[in-house]
Amino acid sequence: MVQFYQAPRFDASFAAISDATRRGVLEQLGRADASITELAARFDMTLTGMKKHVSVLEQAGLVTTEKVGRVRTCKLGGRGLEDEAAWIERYRRMWATRFAALDKVVEHLKQKEASDGRKADE
Amino acid sequence: MDAKQTSDEAQGPVTKTDRHSDREVVVTRTFDGPARLVFEAWTTPALLMQWWTPKSFGITFISCDADVRPGGTYRFVMGHPDFDQPMAFVGRYLEVDPPRRLVWTNEESDDGSVTTLTLEERDGQTHLTLRDLYPSEAALDEAMASGAINAYPEQFTALDSLLIGSPKVHSA
Repeated sequence: MVQFYQAPRFDASFAAISDATRRGVLEQLGRADASITELAARFDMTLTGMKKHVSVLEQAGLVTTEKVGRVRTCKLGGRGLEDEAAWIERYRRMWATRFAALDKVVEHLKQKEASDGRKADE
Repeated sequence: MDAKQTSDEAQGPVTKTDRHSDREVVVTRTFDGPARLVFEAWTTPALLMQWWTPKSFGITFISCDADVRPGGTYRFVMGHPDFDQPMAFVGRYLEVDPPRRLVWTNEESDDGSVTTLTLEERDGQTHLTLRDLYPSEAALDEAMASGAINAYPEQFTALDSLLIGSPKVHSA
């Protein structure tokens, strides 16, 4: 998991979604979890080819896989692809939260100025 | 825009956000104070550290270096309890015009935005406009697709929800 935190994480996720098959896999997994075998069949690919695609998606943190017996099941990872409205709302909320904290800093600076001003007048 | 607010932002004026063009996102907000104080809070590392990463982000601001002059660089280092590696957010100041305008780059990723902060003071209040301009429509689309916000704390908060939402990750 740590790797998606370090420097190449953005490149990894951009590379992951730049490929049409991988975008198709993400769409498919958005509807239902699937095994590598099922994905390979759906996208008319070899198992090896599909494993490579899933591995790229997994490294980008977009897909997680779990092996139960002989079957490796793929599901969407937590990062998920979001629509624009959801992104904008999260972006707004990040700034709103930050600005609420900034209000307090500005208020503190105002009070300090007022108090310094009073001292200067004395 | 939905007026619903989270508990963290319940106090204070409304923050508005719009996708202004195919490669630009704009945030507006009003502050009860003069522009010079808002500018000071934005350009003084010790003050910046008090508000840039509110507690609810779950992030520790480890160090904040900011050489606030045209061409000067900044480096914000953040940590998260779930990660042994801190993250550095870096860029350069392109324009510094106190207390009206501050422009900086976001260079932790290749296609980072250029952020322009504009402050307009009226009757003791400051109207803030923040523009994040991406190098291309594709760059903004990709930021949205990857969940990145300015390559910013979303990486941490996305991670929080990931860890909470799927316990399997811990054993992976």
